[in-house]
Amino acid sequence: MKDEVQTREDRVAGLKGLGCSRKRVEDARFTQGKGNYVDDIKLPGMLHGDFVRSPYAHARVVSINAEAALALDGVVAVITAKDLEPLGLHWMPTLAGDKQMVLADGKVLFQGQEVAFVVAKDRYVAADAVELVEVEYEELPVLTDPFEALKSDVVLREDLLGDGDTLPDGAHGPRNHPNHIFTWEVGDKDATEQVLSEADVVAEEMVYYHRTHPCPLETCGSVASMDKVNGKLTLYGTFQAPHAIRTVVSLISGIEEHNIRVISPDIGGGFGNKVGAYAGYVCSVVASIVTGVPVKWVEDRMENLMTTAFARDYWMKGKISATKDGKITGLWCHTTADHGGFDACADPTKFPAGFMNICTGSYDIPTAFLSVDGVYTNKAPGGVAYRCSFRVTEAAYFIERMIEVLAIELNMDAAELRRINFIRKDQFPYQSALGWEYDSGDYHTAWDKALESVGYEALRAEQAQRVEDFKAGKTRKLLGIGLTHFTEIVGAGPVKNCDILGLGMFDSCEIRIHPTGSAIARLGTISQGQGHATTFAQILASEIGLPADSITIEEGDTDTAPYGLGTYGSRSTPVAGAATAMAGRKIRAKAQMIAAYLLEVHDNDVEFDVDRFVVKGAPERFKTMKEIAFAAYNQAIPGIEPGLEAVSYYDPPNMTYPFGAYICVMEIDVDTGEHEIRQFYALDDCGTRINPMIIEGQVHGGLTEALAIAMGQEIAYDELGNVKTGTLMDFFLPTAWETPNYTTDHTETPSPHHPIGAKGVGESPNVGGVPAFSNAVHDAFRAFGLRQSHMPHDHWRIWKTANDLGLHG
Amino acid sequence: MSNKMHIKLNVNGEDHEFLAEPRELLIHTLRERLNLTGPHVGCETSHCGACTVTIDGKSVKSCTMFVAQANGAEVTTIEGIGSPDALHVLQESFREHHGLQCGFCTPGMITRASKLLEENPNPTEEEVRFGMAGNLCRCTGYQNIVKSILAAAAELNAVKEAAQ
Repeated sequence: MKDEVQTREDRVAGLKGLGCSRKRVEDARFTQGKGNYVDDIKLPGMLHGDFVRSPYAHARVVSINAEAALALDGVVAVITAKDLEPLGLHWMPTLAGDKQMVLADGKVLFQGQEVAFVVAKDRYVAADAVELVEVEYEELPVLTDPFEALKSDVVLREDLLGDGDTLPDGAHGPRNHPNHIFTWEVGDKDATEQVLSEADVVAEEMVYYHRTHPCPLETCGSVASMDKVNGKLTLYGTFQAPHAIRTVVSLISGIEEHNIRVISPDIGGGFGNKVGAYAGYVCSVVASIVTGVPVKWVEDRMENLMTTAFARDYWMKGKISATKDGKITGLWCHTTADHGGFDACADPTKFPAGFMNICTGSYDIPTAFLSVDGVYTNKAPGGVAYRCSFRVTEAAYFIERMIEVLAIELNMDAAELRRINFIRKDQFPYQSALGWEYDSGDYHTAWDKALESVGYEALRAEQAQRVEDFKAGKTRKLLGIGLTHFTEIVGAGPVKNCDILGLGMFDSCEIRIHPTGSAIARLGTISQGQGHATTFAQILASEIGLPADSITIEEGDTDTAPYGLGTYGSRSTPVAGAATAMAGRKIRAKAQMIAAYLLEVHDNDVEFDVDRFVVKGAPERFKTMKEIAFAAYNQAIPGIEPGLEAVSYYDPPNMTYPFGAYICVMEIDVDTGEHEIRQFYALDDCGTRINPMIIEGQVHGGLTEALAIAMGQEIAYDELGNVKTGTLMDFFLPTAWETPNYTTDHTETPSPHHPIGAKGVGESPNVGGVPAFSNAVHDAFRAFGLRQSHMPHDHWRIWKTANDLGLHG
Repeated sequence: MSNKMHIKLNVNGEDHEFLAEPRELLIHTLRERLNLTGPHVGCETSHCGACTVTIDGKSVKSCTMFVAQANGAEVTTIEGIGSPDALHVLQESFREHHGLQCGFCTPGMITRASKLLEENPNPTEEEVRFGMAGNLCRCTGYQNIVKSILAAAAELNAVKEAAQ
């Protein structure tokens, strides 16, 4: 037999399982232009929808006149809130327990808000008709500052005022002002205040993480097709959570869930932007139900940036205390969170500020307190995790800035300050002061490796020399060394803690082995570029001993895939990856019984070895998984059902806690504000590594998003609530020219509770990257007295920082 | 809107004749009239390059060109660059070096890269980065795209040398 001449190593390599930099199976289609994204879908008779949007950030809608639009040849319908009201669809629930207008119901709360939906025979006619819809507005005072909003007499959400004298509670408890959404408190307030009052040193700072946007290259869109003959609705769309969308559509439309098929085709990047439910999805569904033909809605880039889910916009006021030799004793944070006109954050229900309470970071901080106030303003709703796990980026940026500020206060080296405060390896599992149980970590090892790799001591010496040269007039460039050690919390989550709209955040995998020894596995997640079709097959290959190349992975069709909560918050590997391994183990358990029968020994007398079961102590006697698969279908085995299938729904016992050490070395031109990234070193520990090539690619991509956010990307408003950054001319996406090369590295600390020890990596580089870039800018100016400046650090702001510090002479 | 123009286009070696409104964008002609959905719409303002095609030997962003402006032109899209049985070196190289993730920018990226390597068969890393700066990618951070293009250039040059 051919197998007999193969070494065990050959057999392992042949599987292309865990740890293999397997080339991606997705790429053949994508490189030949044969992807299938939502705008590629073309159904017979399909109509096109387009929105009339508000030019004002806050206004009453006095009247809408669609006569001229309806008179245009090719226009089929113009839908307004009045048309949706009888169906109960003029408002929809948000993921945060609030509700949101689908189409303007009497007023608008942000620029670009959807006012009417035009349906026409093609996109050009629809766009013409949008221009012909006459809307009369009455402007109202605009609130774009959350601090002012909490003091203002201007009420943004009259619908939440209630009938009595007192404000009704919101979804997350009492509200203290009509523009206030919630207060969320975690930790021990009194103890923290006492620690701060008794501390040797307290550093205090306001850390602002500006408003930005995930901006995937493909915008959001949907195609709804209501088949009136069989009563079935098929909805294609850019959904990061197709099953959740199916349930929500069923709940709000009244169509039974078995009559709804949601399909996420190929998705052109998500980064959190495609988690939420948007007015366009609802309107395409309603329009298809009304017209009886398929209706497509695809937004343009300006609509995407102005109206679909933004990220961040957190004002984080912090105090951190320490002994005089640098041991941190307490952390206090109050965050003012600007949520825009509706609370449409995508967070698990019990966490209105997501996992912001991971803000003690990688440090052993015995006492801490966090409070967050959510506020309504006249900005677009959202607050999604832009390549992060529910506000972890905000938390990581906050603590990594506070550490730097504390280092300044203590006149200490920031690397050393981190080192003496890290949670030690022997402290895991570690209970944080704000309620998390960190599963595993080895921060000191990662940190020392990172510092050594970049030659930290020499860099500091070079920097000191540079400062002297600058002061002596020999150079106009400063050198910044940006340090970050971040801890992520991903893989939401244990169902007991984490649900969205009541849907528990487990995930799933269903496997069918075919008689000839190949397989198909379907999952409740959906790839948006992460390469699931490649990596999940690798997990399975190692579990069931069939080559990854013989395993098809399918996701995104709710008629065929098992129920799951989708892909965001780095949860695919920690949750669906675990389900995949567990389902694989069920396959293996049955295969073991079949093998034992075929080998005529007891079940316990065979053991799994790479791609086969062997008789213990007699390795020449074995049955390969391929042989077992054939027997499972074609041989009558007493007491065993035919077939080889398994399904697993995995509810993780805990989150996973990936971590990393990033160092950015940056040159800054004091006179132009320009920067040059000389070196970026990224060490990631994501536990067991499934596909090193894909991990490295994820890190490169996440770092580039972090570069954009830290150095130039923002959604900015003027005082009238006009979006100033609505196109890619103003909204910074780095090109190949601005983007540096990165050096990646790793340590490997497997998660103790995950079946294969994997922790997830996709979002780490965004979480750790932003503070690394920002700290580099701050560090360059540390010698000249800079404590804190706000991102994004574009050329103008850096120039202004230098100017404010008196460095322009 | 009956003001239609008689348009002739050669796309990927095939002739097409049809009537179109002069305002029809070339990207919509390609995607919706000719069903060539490889080129994508990412921004509609010429910034992202997902719609990049080759027109009469030049890289062009087809989302900001009217079909009327392309009348009579020869157009090449990703669909005309390689075939399943004969992939372009760049298509192989992007897979080999993990030069793509979500795949949305990839057709424009490879179409532009193919032109870049015709313009400059032996580019430096800096020249690749500059020459590709009109094509945005949100997933890869470009490092592996640059690697893919440099590797493809080396391979094309090796083939050329061997032929000489």
